[in-house]
Amino acid sequence: MNIFCLLKQTFDTEERIVIQDGQVSDDGVKYVINPYDEYAVEEALQLREKHGGTVTVVSVGPARAAEALRSALAMGADEAVLISDERIQSDEAGIASLLQAYISKQPFDVILGGNFSVDTGGGQVAVRLAAGLGIPHAASITSLDIDGTAASVKRDAEGDTESLELTLPALFTAQQGLNEPRYPSLPNIMKAKKKPFQTLSLDDLGVDAAAVAPLTKRLGLSLPPERGAGQLIKGTPAEQAARLVELLRTEAKAI
Amino acid sequence: MSQSVLVIAEIRGGKLRQVSLEAVHAANQSAGGAPVDAVIIGSGIIPVASELAAYVSGKVYAVDHPELASYNAPAYLAAVNGLLDERKPGRVFLGHTAEGKDLAPLVAAHLGAGQISDVIAVSDSADGSVYTRPIYAGKAFEEKAFSGGSGVVTVRPNNLPPAAQAASPAEVVDRDYAPASDLRSIVKDVVRKAGGKVDLSEAKIVISGGRGVKSSDGFKPLQELADVLGAAIGASRGACDAGYCDYALQIGQTGKVVTPEVYIACGISGAIQHLAGMSQSRVIIAINKDPEAPIFKFADYGIVGDLFEVVPLLTEEFRKVLA
Repeated sequence: MNIFCLLKQTFDTEERIVIQDGQVSDDGVKYVINPYDEYAVEEALQLREKHGGTVTVVSVGPARAAEALRSALAMGADEAVLISDERIQSDEAGIASLLQAYISKQPFDVILGGNFSVDTGGGQVAVRLAAGLGIPHAASITSLDIDGTAASVKRDAEGDTESLELTLPALFTAQQGLNEPRYPSLPNIMKAKKKPFQTLSLDDLGVDAAAVAPLTKRLGLSLPPERGAGQLIKGTPAEQAARLVELLRTEAKAI
Repeated sequence: MSQSVLVIAEIRGGKLRQVSLEAVHAANQSAGGAPVDAVIIGSGIIPVASELAAYVSGKVYAVDHPELASYNAPAYLAAVNGLLDERKPGRVFLGHTAEGKDLAPLVAAHLGAGQISDVIAVSDSADGSVYTRPIYAGKAFEEKAFSGGSGVVTVRPNNLPPAAQAASPAEVVDRDYAPASDLRSIVKDVVRKAGGKVDLSEAKIVISGGRGVKSSDGFKPLQELADVLGAAIGASRGACDAGYCDYALQIGQTGKVVTPEVYIACGISGAIQHLAGMSQSRVIIAINKDPEAPIFKFADYGIVGDLFEVVPLLTEEFRKVLA
């Protein structure tokens, strides 16, 4: 089974956001694999364990994204591909096109990605890629079973559970709870250094920067208003409950 | 702009979703005088189409077919493709819901359009509409616009006001749907979450449980309070990871971001990732045994106490007061 896993490098979710010179500052920031993409990598590895084949992790990003790809190799992925080029200014549409330019030239059975990225969170790239490749998809999956070319998935749709059947090749995006991502083992961390790692430029893909120019633009960035500590309500539990209800009705006018 | 604007409205549980009216509002604001049409897809939808028509200034297109009873990506895309090709809308609006999130990129890909997802505010500028959206799960906000071509927008529930009624109800136009014989994706079953429970993303009041609820039974007192208040139940990652509840309830940087009027956090310490999911709530209440819990640093009202004592007492108080 030829399995491709889409991956994005994002800030660690612990990071506070600082805006500097109109940009989100990356000073001293810790980078990780986008948490939802980790579920995708784990699912890819489990598919390979059941069905055999190869897991290739692919990312579009700056040079530092190589570290996230290496983490995926250390989890057990077989090969990594980084699409990186200073001329890439793309938004979600262009990133999907770049992934399509690479993946469409490979034999593939299953493409996995995360539900959305915890930074920009547009949740578009994977589904756009499915559309571009002309393959069916299921997003936000909580379980996946494959038998030949038939895939049975459950997906989380705002708390409802939908059961779908898709015909491979197909694309799936992972929801939390799909699996428990494994920690890289020491042997795998060592092996990762020797696994095939390709970096592809726009020229390697045969894609013109203009063809993947952004269709949207960012005009501004801001932080949410500061929230200070409010009031602690004292007394016995009964007094606290009564006082809270009173405050919510009179002061906060909320209920 | 001279091109028309289209809203893809959504039905859930046989009813028009509130967020669809919020999408119509966003569409009206962005249209700059161009006609705003809506399309509604499903089975047995004429009553909902008529309800929607009261809010739409252009036309309401109804694609009504038994095969469209449940959302299915290729079927719903096929249901609107013809309309997209005929009307060539400059902007398409959807709710940022499970269905909207799934359909929007397909529509954007079909149109060759950009997409701005999860919009919480729309404002005007000399060059057109500016869309505000959260990034890093609401730790920051960005303002985006389209670079000149067509665009798809998804709007986050509960942030924009619903559209006002139109001057006169729109004409409802039936559109044919030809079922595809070769769908490579089929919905076999839909299991709705327990009925009567309020939707997390649209709820005005959310009651959330953390590790402090200690078990799935521990959510019972929270559910009783929620029932009295007509509230939705949410959870922290800690509670979900511990198996006390389903991940569908998780609020946070991974999980859902909610903007209710009132957020009551029970047994939640207030990790930065959780805060990211609820910090825009209008009023935040924290109930926690630990006076040092970080959540007390920005809750509007805090009760240091045992949630198993306090929450049932709150339920009683609200029952009395709301009776």
